[in-house]
Amino acid sequence: MSVKVMIPTPLRPHTGGKAAAEFQAKTVAEALAHLTAQYADLKRHLFTEEGSLRSFVNVYVNGEDIRYLAQENTPTKDGDTIKIIPSIAGGSAARATTEHSPGRALRS
Amino acid sequence: MIEPTTVSISSGLAERIRTHGMETYPHECCGALLGRDPDLGGGRKGPREVLDCLPLVNQREDSPNNRFSIAPLDVIEADRVAQARGMELIGWYHSHPDHPAKPSEYDRNHAWPWFSYIIVSVRAGVPEEMTSWRLNDDRSEYAQETVEIHSETAAQS
Repeated sequence: MSVKVMIPTPLRPHTGGKAAAEFQAKTVAEALAHLTAQYADLKRHLFTEEGSLRSFVNVYVNGEDIRYLAQENTPTKDGDTIKIIPSIAGGSAARATTEHSPGRALRS
Repeated sequence: MIEPTTVSISSGLAERIRTHGMETYPHECCGALLGRDPDLGGGRKGPREVLDCLPLVNQREDSPNNRFSIAPLDVIEADRVAQARGMELIGWYHSHPDHPAKPSEYDRNHAWPWFSYIIVSVRAGVPEEMTSWRLNDDRSEYAQETVEIHSETAAQS
């Protein structure tokens, strides 16, 4: 057994159409590192240039948002399922009335 | 060179999106696009096709007149509904109150590749132009796609 990473539809063109990938990983960070090592094109859609998960990328382990666990240090074990869920956001060109980033509030 | 893309949608569904934008004006509306895409197999050919749309709640209560956000749980549910109907989640729609139906820098910074992003401009409460866009894979810009509006009966052919 290993950790299964579910790939959202918009990223499947970069995985040859595969909806899931499996890796041996002890943490979410390790699993995502394996994922982007195997499918390098995923990196720019999941991570900023500084290496942080993009604010509109949500990661769940067994149904729990990693923001409420240990973020990317969330431990994983064989049989766990990691899901990458898009946040969908946007808006017109004008500045927001009260601008704030819709995600990654717990990130230091 | 990136090949231009087309998204096909019935006049009825296009009208539902426009009406949603009108109903939420002066706030941005948002929703999911469900349908089929030849990239996803099944031997189907032809353009990406919107077969249904799901209106969703704009989570940006702080600035709903020029921002929208869809909760991850709504994304999960939209995907579940799509799968249950034998479809896929192929994109999203939102409105631009009193702004052109053109993606902003904010749109680009928050977009996902592959999805179709339909935008409808709603000026003074009246829906106007409707456009669709896909983010280029290098994330540098959007490519506008052709919106092919067909009658309901054409969809059955």
